[in-house]
Amino acid sequence: MPRQPDASGHFGPYGGRYVAETLMPALIELEEVYRRCRREPAFQRELRALSQDYVGRPTPLTFAARLTEQWGGAKVYLKREDLNHTGAHKINNTIGQALLARRMGKSRVIAETGAGQHGVATATVAALFGFKCEVFMGAEDIVRQAPNVFRMHLLGATVHEVTSGTRTLKDAMNEALRDWISHVNETFYVIGTVAGPHPYPMLVRDFQSVIGREARQQVRKREGRLPDYLIACVGGGSNAMGLFAPFLNDASVRMIGVEAGGTGEGKNAASITGGQVGVLHGSKSYVLQDETGQIRDTHSIAAGLDYPGVGPELSYLRDQQRVQYVTVEDQEALRAMKLLAETEGIIPALESSHAIAYAARFVPTLRRDEIVILNLSGRGDKDLQSVMPLFETEVRS
Amino acid sequence: MTRITETFVALRARGEVALIPYITAGDPTLDVTEQVVYELVRNGVDLIELGVPFSDPMADGPANQLASERALRSGTSLSRIFALVQQVRQSVSVPIILFTYYNPVFRYGAARFARDARQVGVDGVLCVDLPPEEADELKIETDRQDLDLIFLLAPTSSLVRARKVLTRARGFVYYVSVTGVTGMRDALPDDLGEMVRRIRGLSPVPVGVGFGISSPAQAAQVAEFADAVIVGSALSRILETHGTEPDAAAQVGSFVGSLKQALRERTLTPTPKPES
Repeated sequence: MPRQPDASGHFGPYGGRYVAETLMPALIELEEVYRRCRREPAFQRELRALSQDYVGRPTPLTFAARLTEQWGGAKVYLKREDLNHTGAHKINNTIGQALLARRMGKSRVIAETGAGQHGVATATVAALFGFKCEVFMGAEDIVRQAPNVFRMHLLGATVHEVTSGTRTLKDAMNEALRDWISHVNETFYVIGTVAGPHPYPMLVRDFQSVIGREARQQVRKREGRLPDYLIACVGGGSNAMGLFAPFLNDASVRMIGVEAGGTGEGKNAASITGGQVGVLHGSKSYVLQDETGQIRDTHSIAAGLDYPGVGPELSYLRDQQRVQYVTVEDQEALRAMKLLAETEGIIPALESSHAIAYAARFVPTLRRDEIVILNLSGRGDKDLQSVMPLFETEVRS
Repeated sequence: MTRITETFVALRARGEVALIPYITAGDPTLDVTEQVVYELVRNGVDLIELGVPFSDPMADGPANQLASERALRSGTSLSRIFALVQQVRQSVSVPIILFTYYNPVFRYGAARFARDARQVGVDGVLCVDLPPEEADELKIETDRQDLDLIFLLAPTSSLVRARKVLTRARGFVYYVSVTGVTGMRDALPDDLGEMVRRIRGLSPVPVGVGFGISSPAQAAQVAEFADAVIVGSALSRILETHGTEPDAAAQVGSFVGSLKQALRERTLTPTPKPES
């Protein structure tokens, strides 16, 4: 596969830079700085050192023995991003972007957040690097992810409640972009996923690719070969791209992205499965929209997947038929959360539970000598408060 | 020569600066927009920018965000805006520019969009999130229909970049006066005049200045160095407060009249434009 994106930031017909002129110079500068840093041994050394000593990498690749036995299909491995500092894969990226921000002499960082994991990961590195940090979060998400709001406050960040539009992740991103347009000279925008204008989809993927690089090495050491399937949930797509990217040239490795099916037709966040090509938040990709190009309201029980767009590279990989996309609905994800907790003693985030839920359907159809790696992108602590009433009323049956 | 270019040539001959009001089409309904257009023309505006409402207006401040929400609530879409333009074109001859985010255009289809726009009497298109680097697929179609695709420059654009953008400019270039989103400002940047003069020195097309201009005094101030003054959020605020009143259009019209008055009254000492 050719190296993506091309020089102008496109993945096939997707990606690009669809932003107000005010931001163009900042994006071009960021791209230049990043391309320079990427080649610099000192930058890479510092990134590795922080990943190891601060984040706690490498994360384990855990063989899920009881799950494997219960499903009776392929061997199941879990890539344990839940064990990272701050509880999810998001910090792999924020560490990298914090190094870029420092290099560019910015003293203020901003971020959008849905589930709050990216907000927490940004607030964390801001504390570590001594940056001022402001996080934009939809009013609805502030309610359903209250523990993460408190964590951001403890870390010294300011959380701005976004009450426009649907009051979720997409509106938080609009507001973060407006802030960036207004303070672009002194502010670094830490985007949390592989979406947004070029170079973000590229640099977030690169920083998250540590997931797939480690997993590739770990599974080869353990099994002496590459896996047959990779499964990851897809909202914006950063944990999926992070796992998939280092395997893209391994033709035998098949990849499955699990989108949020919400409560079914019309009330979901499955951008690739149910969307059309469009332009949102700076890049061209699959977007949930109506026939006049207005962005559709989305729904997912997982705030981190509740987003009408998706990273442009994931759209490209769909068209190339390199990644297959499926959907999992809210209730199925909830059951998967409980399943993993009871079977392996790991409480997954609702986002990651979507990947587990699909595996519960799919793995039993595989042969016992096949190998599956599931990306366990985050832990479920942040969701406990919001799922508690659901388990009492719905799952007990 | 397009109608936009003709308008600027005529204005320059008279030593006048253009007044370009912006209103979101369909705010609060397309019927009100139609009346507002007639009032704008009656009060002497030179060009009209019609905003296409979008669910995610990331370059807009609160006033225009709310205008967009009101317009979407009343069912405004690109095809209904085209119908409105066709209607007002029966009596209105000032140039009409669509100010839009790219997704509604992309979804409509660039070729179909340009063809329909030309057919109903639209003269120019400005996509706030479509920099020249991404504009090829639309520009091919707008050029084919002889529509002016208008690009923007901002205080953050370097002169090197400005030169590059200006090579693709048609109609006029829209200079964003502040590093920020749309919305009223108490004061404009101190170096605005210097920045605009510099861009004018490089530009083969007239330079309009917008974002943050909301009073007759500010309009007159900007007219000292710009070819056109663009006022938007202040009109959205009038429609926010009075949009459902029977004389909503007249209220917008009388405010715009006061802006035009300020432009006419300022001392007519046009800046000589260097040949490019």
